[in-house]
Amino acid sequence: MKPLRQITSIAIPLIRNNIDTDCIIPSREMKSVSKHGLSEGLFAGWRYTEIGGRTPQPDFVLNDPAFADAQILLAGENMGCGSSREHAAWALSEYGIRVVIAPSFNPIFRGNCVRNGILPIQLKPQPLAESTGPLTVDLEACCISNEAGETWTFTLDDEARTMLLEGLDPIDITLKMLEEIESFRTHDAESRPWIYLGKASLT
Amino acid sequence: MTQKSAIEKIWESHRIAPLGESNDLLLIDRILLHERTGGVAMQSLEDSGRVIRHPSHVFVTMDHVVDTIPGRSDTTQMPTGKDFITVTRDTALRAGVTLFDLGDPRQGIGHVISPEMAIVLPGATLVCPDSHTCTQGAFGALAWGIGSSEGEHALATSTLRVQRPRIMRITIEGEPGVGVTAKDIALHIVSELSSAGAKGFAIEYAGPVIRAMSMESRMTLCNMATELSAFTAFIAPDETTFEFLKDRAYAPKGEEWVRAVNEWRKIKSDPEAIYDEDIVINATDIAPTISWGTSPQQSCPINKRIPLFNEVSHRDTQESYQRALTYMGLTPGGRLSGLRIDAAFIGSCTNSRLPDLRRAAAILKGRRVAKGVNAICVPGSSAVKAAAEAEGLDLIFKAAGFEWRESGCSMCFFAGGESFGPKQRVVSSTNRNFESRQGPQTRTHIASPETVAASAISGCITDPRRLGART
Ligand code: SF4
Repeated sequence: MKPLRQITSIAIPLIRNNIDTDCIIPSREMKSVSKHGLSEGLFAGWRYTEIGGRTPQPDFVLNDPAFADAQILLAGENMGCGSSREHAAWALSEYGIRVVIAPSFNPIFRGNCVRNGILPIQLKPQPLAESTGPLTVDLEACCISNEAGETWTFTLDDEARTMLLEGLDPIDITLKMLEEIESFRTHDAESRPWIYLGKASLT
Repeated sequence: MTQKSAIEKIWESHRIAPLGESNDLLLIDRILLHERTGGVAMQSLEDSGRVIRHPSHVFVTMDHVVDTIPGRSDTTQMPTGKDFITVTRDTALRAGVTLFDLGDPRQGIGHVISPEMAIVLPGATLVCPDSHTCTQGAFGALAWGIGSSEGEHALATSTLRVQRPRIMRITIEGEPGVGVTAKDIALHIVSELSSAGAKGFAIEYAGPVIRAMSMESRMTLCNMATELSAFTAFIAPDETTFEFLKDRAYAPKGEEWVRAVNEWRKIKSDPEAIYDEDIVINATDIAPTISWGTSPQQSCPINKRIPLFNEVSHRDTQESYQRALTYMGLTPGGRLSGLRIDAAFIGSCTNSRLPDLRRAAAILKGRRVAKGVNAICVPGSSAVKAAAEAEGLDLIFKAAGFEWRESGCSMCFFAGGESFGPKQRVVSSTNRNFESRQGPQTRTHIASPETVAASAISGCITDPRRLGART
C-alpha cells in the first residue's frame, strides 16, 4: 500500500447524507472477481445519463473538469452506509481518491478505506467546501490547511494512522504474533472444545 | 467485581492482545463466505502467497450471485456471475474449506444456513464479508460484517484487529399487537433512531418481548441492526436458543453439549452493567410498519399518512426527504395504504425462514394474487424450501399465484441480472429500500412477509390485519 503523509488537492464537494455503497459503486458495476477495473463504475448511477451507459451526466460534480484530478472527496453524514462491499473503497482508490472527509462514517466503510490507503477524516465538510483553492491534508500533523492559511485539525486512532502513514499491510503485522495466537487457541480449546472442529466429528 | 455486559464478556474472552488505545486483536471462531466477496478474498489471499490458517473453521455458500429460478446452473442472469461462482468453488476446494455448493441440500443464504447447521454458536465470534452478519448475533454470538481485506486477514490469521464498539442496550417492553412482527419492530426502531442511530455501537436487545420471541424473529430483529449502522446486534442466549441449536449438524453432541449449555447459560449481562446508551422501546404502540422512502429510516405505520417534512426533519434533510419522495413517486402526507403495486417479494436473510413462509401462507391460503402483480417467493435456504414443501406451503404459494423459487438472495438486490424494472412498485420482505436496490429505478417498500402477502392479494399496499394476520 502507498504510504500517505501529505496530500494537496482540490476537494470534490459531494455533500449528500447517507451516500450508501450502492451509490458509490452499484452492484451491476462489480462485474469481475477482482479488486481492479472499478473506477469507471464509481458513482455510476449519478455520473452517467443512463443505467449501464457511459455518457457523462453534465451536472454531476465528478464530470466537472475542474475536479478531474482531485484526490479529496467531501461527503455528508453516514458516508458509506449500506452494503459492506469493499469495492466502494477499491473504486475510490482506483479513481485516485486518497482522502474522504465527512461528518460521520459507516464503520465498515471507514475500516475498508483505511485498509486501502484512503484516509477517512471525520469533520464537517461545509467550511472546507467554502474554502477556495486546493487543500493540504497532513496526516503526520493531523491537520488540514488551505492557501489562505486557515487550518482544521482532526483526530484518527493510532492503529489507522500508523497503517496509513507507513502503508502497512495489517496481515503482515498480525502474522508476527502467530505464536501468541496459536497458544491462545490451544488454551481456549480446553475450555471450549466445541468451537474447534478440526478434522473431528461432523455427525 | 465490575459489572459487565455480555458483549464485553465475549469480547474479553476472545482478546488475544490489546492493540493501542481502542483496538484489540480478537480470536475469530467462525468465518462465513459467499461467492460475491468470498471468492475475491480467497483468490487475493492465494495471489499474495498466503494460506487459510484453519480451513475447518471456514464455511462458504453460494447465495448472492446464483440464480433462483428452478433448473439453475452456474450460468447466471447476472453477466459474469459464472466467474464469481467458479472462482469461489475452485478456491474453496483448493483451500479445503467447507463449501455448500449449488445442488447441495445445505445451500442457502449464509445468515439462514449458518444457524440451521449451528455453525454459529453462543459465545462464539463469527465474521462474514456481508453487512447482515449481525443477524446471527441472535444466538448470543458476536457476529459482524467485515470487508474483503478483513476477510483475508481473518482467513490468514484466525484473528481480526478490531476497534472496541460502544454498547447500547435496547430493551423492548410491552405487548406487540396483532399482526405486529419482529420486522415491524425493527422498522419502527430504525425510523425512531435513524439510519445512523447506532453508529459504532454493538446493540444488546433485551426485555420481555425479546424473551418471548422465536429464534427466527430474533434473527429478523438483529438482521436490521446494520440499517442503524450498528457494529452488530446481540441477544443473550436462553432456553429458546439451546432448543433451536440442539442436534444440528455442527452443534456439540452428548456430554460436550451438556458442558457447552452450562457455559452458555453464563453468557448474560450483569444486572448493574453500564451501557453507553440505554434505550427502552414500547412495542405495544407499534403498528405494522412499512417504508415510504429510500432509506429504512423512512418508514411509518402502514395505516398512517406519509410524514410531512417537519415531522421527520430531525433526521432527514429537506433534500433527502424530497429526493426520496420524488424517487418513490409519492407526495408528502399521501396515503400508503391503497397504493397500487406491481410486484411482491418474499425472501432475503431478513424474512425467508420457515415461520415467515408459514405466516405469509396463512394469509394467502384460498386467495389469489391480484391481476398484474408479479409475486415471487424465495425460501432462504434449500432446507427451508424442503421443509416448506413437506408441509405443503409451496402449494399454497403457487395456488395463490406466487412463483416458488430455489433459495438464494435473488431479487433482494440487483446485481446486474434479474430485476423488477424501472418505477415498478414492489412490496418486499427484504431489508433495504435504497435507490435501485431491487433494479434500476425500482421503487421498494420494505415490510413484513404478512404485509407483502396481504398487499399481493389486494394489488395495493394493505394492512395485513385486514386479511386476518394473527401473530
Ligand atoms: S438476502 Fe439480501 S441482504 Fe441478505 S445477504 Fe443476501 S443480498 Fe444481502
